[in-house]
Amino acid sequence: MAKTKSKRQQQLEQAVMIPVDWLEERSGLVGGIKYFLFRKVPAETNWFHTLGSATLTAFLVQAVTGVILAMYYKPAPDEAYASIQHITNDLTLGWLVRGMHRWGASVFIILLFLHMGRVFLFGAYKYPRELNWLVGVILLTMALGEGLTGYLLPWDQTAYWATVVAININANAPIVGPYLGEFLRGGAEIGNDTLARFYSLHMLVIPGGLFALIGLHLYLVVRLGITAPPWTKAAGGYQEVGDGRALRKGLVDPKPRGNGAIAPRRPEA
Amino acid sequence: MADDLERPAEPAHEDSEQHLPAPSILPFAFAGGIALILIGLIINWWLAVAGGVLALLFGFAWIRDVTRDVRAAPEPEPVVAEEPVSELAAEEEEGPEEPERYPRSVFLELSTLGIGAAIGALVTVPALGFMIAPAFVGQGDDDVDLGPLDNFPEQQYVIAQFNSKKDEPQDVGRRAAFIRNNGQQNGVPSFTIISNRCAHVGCPTQPQGLPGDACHGGAYDAEGNRVAGPPVRALDRYEFMIRNGNLVLGTRYSVGKVTGQGADAKIYAYKRYDPGQHVDGLEQYLWPVPPYEGGS
Repeated sequence: MAKTKSKRQQQLEQAVMIPVDWLEERSGLVGGIKYFLFRKVPAETNWFHTLGSATLTAFLVQAVTGVILAMYYKPAPDEAYASIQHITNDLTLGWLVRGMHRWGASVFIILLFLHMGRVFLFGAYKYPRELNWLVGVILLTMALGEGLTGYLLPWDQTAYWATVVAININANAPIVGPYLGEFLRGGAEIGNDTLARFYSLHMLVIPGGLFALIGLHLYLVVRLGITAPPWTKAAGGYQEVGDGRALRKGLVDPKPRGNGAIAPRRPEA
Repeated sequence: MADDLERPAEPAHEDSEQHLPAPSILPFAFAGGIALILIGLIINWWLAVAGGVLALLFGFAWIRDVTRDVRAAPEPEPVVAEEPVSELAAEEEEGPEEPERYPRSVFLELSTLGIGAAIGALVTVPALGFMIAPAFVGQGDDDVDLGPLDNFPEQQYVIAQFNSKKDEPQDVGRRAAFIRNNGQQNGVPSFTIISNRCAHVGCPTQPQGLPGDACHGGAYDAEGNRVAGPPVRALDRYEFMIRNGNLVLGTRYSVGKVTGQGADAKIYAYKRYDPGQHVDGLEQYLWPVPPYEGGS
């Protein structure tokens, strides 16, 4: 097949490859992307392993829709609610983008927790991936911070009073609480500055941190590789328990019981 | 390669050392003078003159310092192989005898880091200060004039709505208080003025007969004492004064509990705390210093 390429085919191939090669020669980006995408993964991965990518997708949806909403939203106490009404009712497809952002926020948080549960139940937080677990916990906290700060932005009664309650709960942390509360409110009470402050946190501060830490998170995933599910051979394998059965390593009681000598936990030791 | 190896190391080393100026603090002083000139150009021209004098002085001293070797023109030192040393011996001596030196590269590394840190701090510290400080400064409520005392019939709660900060729009600054005129006590008017903000997490309480919190079910009696639900203390109160026959609200303060009633009530008053924070009992030590002004 390859030998019998027509001239037209070769031309087409060149038309594609010349710019790609140009880019690769000068940046190494093509190799980098290949290195990122075509990694070795364990044979027995399953659908639970896609939760991290799903979370990332949800975050990107939030980022894109959020940037677009920011083109129409006005973070001032006397304009915010009206601008939200304007986005939802007047602007073409505004209802859709606002809806994506509003419901996507919940999807993002839910996927985060599912992803976290998958990592926990598969034991994927263990050596050498502890640091990635810690980064993930910070990411979760920041995502919840996005939820807190974003909830105030519609500036309706629910938003206002929910934020009053949420900030006061924060302010009840011992010793540092009152200062944290006062920083979040920008004063002793929710006021003019609170909305703009939350908008800045929601739009700039926390997303910046999220992007940076997601980069670190992915770097560690690429560097350390993906864990196989715990029941697979790659993760720990099975061991003979003496009576012809094989159980998963680590689930077997290592101590001999009765007169039946069960295989030790680590036969190689 | 062979030539390199055979060349005696010691004299070459001495030679290079001759051209290094001695360590000196003068360049820093010179730079300080220049900085003073620039600051002086903005602030006060006397400062610029002083900076100029300093820069000239230290610059001159620096030049003197740097050119000392050249001006002194030392006769060629007779170190160059006074007594011929065998190559082997020279190599042996070089190792242990070379004094520990502070390499130039380390100095450059550290000074780059240090200057970078200084510039970074110069930019970040004021910015961080602007981010944090305004939230903690000048946070007292404005005094609120609620009109003549006739608006408040004796022994009857009146709900007053007002703006706690004059520069805030109605939707943000609006507060409510339950105000009861207790009549005269010893010739002085007495008022009970209770904030409607719940002492649990700050929801508004609704005066359905007695104050009750719609969010989490806190309930209070007519003096603002907690009678049911999760609140940790009594409702906050406002200080008040009579100005030109009008009732004027002052600062808001927190209340642990109230014993007695009306004009005879004994109020256990504290500085203003956030809702949900204990002001009395053992738990008060969880929040030792309230950041808010006002109250007593």
